[in-house]
Amino acid sequence: MATITIGIMDPPYESANTPTAFRLVEAAIRKGHNVNVFCYEGATALGFAGQKPHANAVHGLSLEEEDHPNPKEWVKSLLTFAGEKKVKLVWCNCGMCVDERGVENQVEGVCRGSPVDAWKYSEASDGVLLIGTE
Amino acid sequence: MAKYLSIIDSSYRATIEEQDDTAVWFTHAMKNGGADVSILLRGDAVNYAVSGQDAKGLRFGARTVKGPDMVRDIQAVIDKKISLYAVADDLAERGIPASRLIPGVEQVQRSAIARLIETHDRVLSW
Repeated sequence: MATITIGIMDPPYESANTPTAFRLVEAAIRKGHNVNVFCYEGATALGFAGQKPHANAVHGLSLEEEDHPNPKEWVKSLLTFAGEKKVKLVWCNCGMCVDERGVENQVEGVCRGSPVDAWKYSEASDGVLLIGTE
Repeated sequence: MAKYLSIIDSSYRATIEEQDDTAVWFTHAMKNGGADVSILLRGDAVNYAVSGQDAKGLRFGARTVKGPDMVRDIQAVIDKKISLYAVADDLAERGIPASRLIPGVEQVQRSAIARLIETHDRVLSW
């Protein structure tokens, strides 16, 4: 079992980097690895609890039919998944980035830290991947 | 009323979270509101015109993601009488033959883009 640190920088609803990062986290957990996720800048909104699904008039679908995914649900699901697989998933936000955006209200299980925490996660990891914005 | 041309280059940006392409969606919503709009797919966005694509099957833990249905959305655009163009050179560079395109997609040569723009009053570049 390894420990991996993944840095994410893109905000939700903006980039294919977001589902790619989630897929990597899911794959690592599925294989039994511990994962530290450090969200920097816009990525701190991934766990923002205020995200709401919507219906889609262009699709002609109701709220239920659209089943619109919010990344906060993916964060919650991955935290639960890690518990089921008995591995550790840390989902840590850059605190100042959170404050800048006013996204303090996060889903349960998300913590707050600084670049120093990201460095400590890195030091304690077997591998590190930073997915920066383009 | 002004004629709008949405030129979509950036593709598959957030199609998993949004379950569609935001530029295609925005243009379609404009049409629903009464606007005169057309769409030009260029660069990697020409892949939106390919039939049979399927983004289903993604899940994070127990959370299954429906994903986008680009074939549905492009077909809906065409059904709504929104002219939908794709740059033929970009299709050819990506090895996409005409037989793979969703019926109703019109191909335009790269050299004809300027002329196409001239037939519209306003351009939205995505």
